[in-house]
Amino acid sequence: MLPVQYYTGLSIILFIIGALGVLVRRNAIVIFMSVELMLNSANLAFVAFSRSYQAMNGQVFVFFVMAVAAAEVAVGLALIVAIFHTKHNINIDQLNNMQG
Amino acid sequence: MTPDLILFFGLAIVAIASAIGLLLSKNAVYAALNLILNFTAVAIFYLLLNAPFIAVTQVAVYAGAIMVLFLFVIMLLGAERLEASADLPWQRPLAFILGGILIVEAVYLVIFRYSAGAMGVQPAGGALPPGFGSAEMLGDLLFSAYLLPFEVISILLLAAMIGAIVLTVKGGLRRSLHKK
Repeated sequence: MLPVQYYTGLSIILFIIGALGVLVRRNAIVIFMSVELMLNSANLAFVAFSRSYQAMNGQVFVFFVMAVAAAEVAVGLALIVAIFHTKHNINIDQLNNMQG
Repeated sequence: MTPDLILFFGLAIVAIASAIGLLLSKNAVYAALNLILNFTAVAIFYLLLNAPFIAVTQVAVYAGAIMVLFLFVIMLLGAERLEASADLPWQRPLAFILGGILIVEAVYLVIFRYSAGAMGVQPAGGALPPGFGSAEMLGDLLFSAYLLPFEVISILLLAAMIGAIVLTVKGGLRRSLHKK
């Protein structure tokens, strides 16, 4: 196995690209996809450390993260569809009041 | 250069390039396709790291189910080109500058400051226990040490399912219940 720093370095780069996506993009769906990218980079670090320590616990946590990500996507996309039906827009700069 | 190293850097280039493609593409459909490529590259990383079950789950759940849901919503809403000009012109350069600083700091800390010894990581290599990363071993752990989190996850998924239905019922849940 390659040194675990290689994998953590790649994981950090992917995480920061995801964070930049959340900061830069204005389309709510693309922001959600960037959040998925960040979760995925965390998973990569989990699996790398799991291999490095030769313990399976990291892979179990990846399993849980995937389940939480699936739940998050289901609710988040339902929210986006509901917002689109009322406002006909998912640009987050225009979603600045709480009334439906 | 060992084969592992060549494979790592090739896949790392694919993963980072597709992530940057997600960041920069103007069309949401292209962003989703870039993300699928990224997830597949990460799945091959999992295979390199002796996690075959997680790799297959990654392809099936992430690159399959979740991204199909994304593409479905994008095409349902016709929302692929909704990027208006930014209302805050200083936001984008500021985000790139801060992200660049963060990336330099983090990579410096991980690669140079915390070497393998300082992080308490034993040197890589050595024989893995037989069956490491298999579905059998993962299931064994899930249903013994992590039984309670596993059950909580099932409740979470049920709640998410109900929440998605409640949110997307036309005209609100209360009205549609009164109609019946």
